[in-house]
Amino acid sequence: MTSDAAAWEALRLSLWVACWATVLAVPLALWIAWILARRDFWGKSLLSALVHLPLVLPPVVTGYLLLMGFGRNAPLGRALDSIGITLAFHWSGAVLAAIIMGFPLMVRAMRLAIEAVDPKLEEAAATLGAPRIAIFGRVTLPLIAPGILAGAVMGFAKAMGEFGATITFVANIPGQTQTLPSAIWAALQIPGGENQAIAMVMMASVVAIGAVLISEALARRVAARIAGA
Amino acid sequence: MTLSAHIRHRFGAFDLDVAFDAGPGITALFGQSGAGKTTIINAVAGLFAPDAGHVTLNGDPLFDSTAKAFVVPAARRFGYVFQDARLFPHLNVRENLTFGTRYAPASAKGASLDDVTDLLGLSALLNRMPATLSGGEKQRAAIGRALLAKPQMLLMDEPLASLDGPRKQEILPYLERLRDGPLGLPILYVSHAVDEIARLADTLVLLKDGRVQAHGPLYDVMADPGAVPLLGVREAGAVIEAEVLSHATDGLTHLRSSGGDLHLPGVQAQPGTKVRLRVLAQDVMLSVNKPEGLSALNVMPVTIQDVHQGDGPGAAIALRAGDDRLLARITRRAVAELGLTTDMRCYAILKATSVAPGSIGR
Repeated sequence: MTSDAAAWEALRLSLWVACWATVLAVPLALWIAWILARRDFWGKSLLSALVHLPLVLPPVVTGYLLLMGFGRNAPLGRALDSIGITLAFHWSGAVLAAIIMGFPLMVRAMRLAIEAVDPKLEEAAATLGAPRIAIFGRVTLPLIAPGILAGAVMGFAKAMGEFGATITFVANIPGQTQTLPSAIWAALQIPGGENQAIAMVMMASVVAIGAVLISEALARRVAARIAGA
Repeated sequence: MTLSAHIRHRFGAFDLDVAFDAGPGITALFGQSGAGKTTIINAVAGLFAPDAGHVTLNGDPLFDSTAKAFVVPAARRFGYVFQDARLFPHLNVRENLTFGTRYAPASAKGASLDDVTDLLGLSALLNRMPATLSGGEKQRAAIGRALLAKPQMLLMDEPLASLDGPRKQEILPYLERLRDGPLGLPILYVSHAVDEIARLADTLVLLKDGRVQAHGPLYDVMADPGAVPLLGVREAGAVIEAEVLSHATDGLTHLRSSGGDLHLPGVQAQPGTKVRLRVLAQDVMLSVNKPEGLSALNVMPVTIQDVHQGDGPGAAIALRAGDDRLLARITRRAVAELGLTTDMRCYAILKATSVAPGSIGR
């Protein structure tokens, strides 16, 4: 594989992993954010701490814990393996690592958005005859959409940049588990690999800045609509 | 269409125990803040379940603590107009107005979007977002939104309280049209402003400290001397009905009530229409002889029905003028010196300015 092809392959894999991680994590993060924002139950602070744990643990530790839980010889990993799902040393494992590492950021953004919704608006919708599911779909969801979008962009960016947990859990196999950050790191290990590293740094920067710009533009459109401009 | 409610609820030191009926027209729940008005209307709407009691609409139970019945707010079909409008900020006025229409049963009778936009003057606002509306416009849109859910009854929680004077005057005629119009929708109206209820209500429920103190037709309760301390001595006063006869060139309007003719400034209504006049009790003077050489234009022969002596230096005198009733607030010393007693005939002197312009309405 030429070095150029390897860089493009790493970019493709990173985008693939980040997209999957975002798509899978958004509904789950929204659900957890909803529970944390709106419900009171025993163990709420424990759940909150658990969600935020990857933010404070060294990523290598998170990756190692994943390996212990989902490795081929771990009970959970064996169980998944028997139904044809292999996570360790596979791109789907990189998706899992990206989900877990981005989860605290997503939940936080969404929770803040949910807490900012005035429950009195939902009460008003109820008096107008709207059933619960319609209140969520027609009032709550549109109002928290900017927060969901912000959370999704953060999760996507985190997934694009995730390195420590990913390389620990799924290693650094070109074309299979070598994401952009892993490829940059690998290039820097080879004498004369700086040029290739710089090319990939540019790729990573363009994707990250692009994601932020798109989300800003969407958020501006929502804000402008509500302001009636 | 009759709402019947008995609500008992306790939270902290506050103890609410009220029972009342609300039939056609506007039923006003009046009381100072802390009297329990909003708690009552929220219990009626189903926004919370009270400790005990029942709420029925046309006999159908919406809440019954003994039968453990509780109908969720979405299924009660009340149109609730909140004090703070609560328009959905992400929807324009048209989308806000039609929000609840799809949830009404197909058989439900109610106004169309065109009816409502005409009634409330919303046609020009349909494509605007709530953030760009004035307080009065928001409240009109909120009323329209409640109407278009085709409710069986409207609940209004101080819909004018967050508006300034001119904005209030802007909304009041719309509320009168709602009351008198073809919709004929019953309204439960919460307020702590006597001028609003004097102008709008048909039935009045006076609340104090979580209890009903008086309950009956507006004209009766407002003319009841016992209600003076509940309404406030400066705000108390009977409401009479009068027909507009003509407008004179000096700005005064000639009106006829059953008790006699009146000449008042600031009446906007067309000749031939009937208006409500709120006559503040503290602006009515009494004279045992027919007064002469007086600057006041309006003198009515009246009969004393009741002399109600309070604890303080004041006394409230219930008067009958034709079919109408008046209330006068004078001092106890004056009662003694003039020898005012029940069934005595005397003259009530109303200063022409004693009728506030905002209190004149159909």
